[in-house]
Amino acid sequence: MLASWNNRKALLAKTIILTVFLIIISIGGIFMEEAALETDFSRKNLSPCFKYLFGTDNLGRDMFARTMCGLSASIRIGILASAFSSVIALVFGIAAALGKRIDFIVNFLIDLIMSVPHILFLIIISLCFGKGVRGVVIGLSLTHWTSLARVIRAEVVQLKQQPYIKISGKLGKGKLYIAFQHMLPHVFPQFAAGLVLMFPHAVLHEASITFLGFGLSNEQPAIGVILSESTKYLVSGMWWLAFFPGVMLVIVVICFYAAGNNLRKVLNSASAHN
Amino acid sequence: MLLISVSLCSFLLMNASPIDPLSANVGQAALGQMSREHIEKLESYWGSKEPPVKRFITWGKDFISGDMGISLIYKRPVSKIIAERLKNSFILMLTAWIISGVIGFILGCISGMNEGKLIDKIIKCYCLIVSSAPVFYLAMILLLVFSVWLKVLPIGFFAPIGVKSEDVTLMDMLHHAVLPAVTLSITGVSSVAIHTREKMIDIMESDFVLFAAARGESRWQIFKNHCFRNVLAPAIMLQFAQISEIFGGSVIVEQVFSYPGLGNIAVNAGLGSDLPLLLAITVISAAIVFFGNLAADTVQHIVDPTIRRGGLNNVSILE
Repeated sequence: MLASWNNRKALLAKTIILTVFLIIISIGGIFMEEAALETDFSRKNLSPCFKYLFGTDNLGRDMFARTMCGLSASIRIGILASAFSSVIALVFGIAAALGKRIDFIVNFLIDLIMSVPHILFLIIISLCFGKGVRGVVIGLSLTHWTSLARVIRAEVVQLKQQPYIKISGKLGKGKLYIAFQHMLPHVFPQFAAGLVLMFPHAVLHEASITFLGFGLSNEQPAIGVILSESTKYLVSGMWWLAFFPGVMLVIVVICFYAAGNNLRKVLNSASAHN
Repeated sequence: MLLISVSLCSFLLMNASPIDPLSANVGQAALGQMSREHIEKLESYWGSKEPPVKRFITWGKDFISGDMGISLIYKRPVSKIIAERLKNSFILMLTAWIISGVIGFILGCISGMNEGKLIDKIIKCYCLIVSSAPVFYLAMILLLVFSVWLKVLPIGFFAPIGVKSEDVTLMDMLHHAVLPAVTLSITGVSSVAIHTREKMIDIMESDFVLFAAARGESRWQIFKNHCFRNVLAPAIMLQFAQISEIFGGSVIVEQVFSYPGLGNIAVNAGLGSDLPLLLAITVISAAIVFFGNLAADTVQHIVDPTIRRGGLNNVSILE
């Protein structure tokens, strides 16, 4: 059956499988929250076995449940943050292409954000808005829109030179009408792929900032928290505390990358059949 | 211009933060016990009642003349702490930056020259995994393997534990910088390698490479004569643009290895709400990134003759 599929269908199928996998993790994690918080000292410091796939930590918490729960939190925060920041990117990107003065301001903002390492920016923003989910989401949204905004701006600048856009303008259509009716459909594939490809960065930065102690609070089973706790036990040889959660995080991030790249190929009809 | 706005921006953000300079300096408990007059005196001393713009201007003047304020958690002038830590971080970042650039470039070239072959797939896979793994996780894995299991490299810090700072030799310092530097290099490799690879594939498909192959040049000759310079320019641009990434990575890596660098105190400053220190670090990191970009333009001029001769329209082709 697979042989009769063309590349486009296969890509679409892959993307759907990846998406379903990610959705299962993010929803499954919510249901595992209770198991993740349950402590049981009769089973502490177990190395991985069949019952506890990823082992247990020094409070006897099931690392598998904690990992799933943390991943799901990370994914949800990532989705929220990338949604916000891609909207910022879309608005700024299109706005930049329409007026010279706005273009100057937007470019300046992009340079401003790019010139400070993201981590430092996140630290400052989390100081400003407080730690926890809110600070992290605001921080991630404010820092991650820059590259997507650049892509969209370049696209729109190119579109502006197209004859049909110019004709539309000459026919008396307003700037907003042109932006929504003519430009948005063209920009959309770039936008969607950019949105999905923003997840990995957002998720990684979320984990890093939480790891450093500026993100989610300690009680929450977040990936960053799990990993920063496990650094203390690395030296005593409890490798499973760090190894499995990290591997799961890497797998999730790779899934996002793959899904984003596939989506780009599917939406970009010219390259879908290669 | 950009630097001023960076500092203004971070200044405003910190200004908006709920941290009260008075309670951060004196401590909440002490503040409660003080008399009203005393508090007012302190307020005028720290200037917390003055408008933010005025405070920013005073801070800016002091900053330019070298007085960056006094760190709240270390109780020492910020400029001294930064000078000290910057040296440590600088060694780390510079080595990582050079190693990752060179290795990334080589890997990218190999992979691009052999597109679709096994070695290309291995390199691509490696880059994907490395760019998907958080820096601190890589650092932890390396720590686990080399320090805990193999016991060949130290767990962290800048020098051996229990040795006086005067007795620390250069070898000790290098020995302790190996793991952090390696971690930073590994993560830096992937983006340079991927971009170089794509550039290389483009060039391998070009007419002049086809012609060179038709003339009977060997693969090495093709690479040396036709590809090297073309690939080098964008790679160098990218490498300079990566300074900010390396800086961000160093913040995390230094934290994992308890390496006393700039990133380490940045985290401490953030956790201890030490605003003067954090502000100074932000401005300095922005300055480093800024000079990196400046250097990129300069190097670009040297490497790429088309730009040197004023043919700026070639830039669009390179990008």
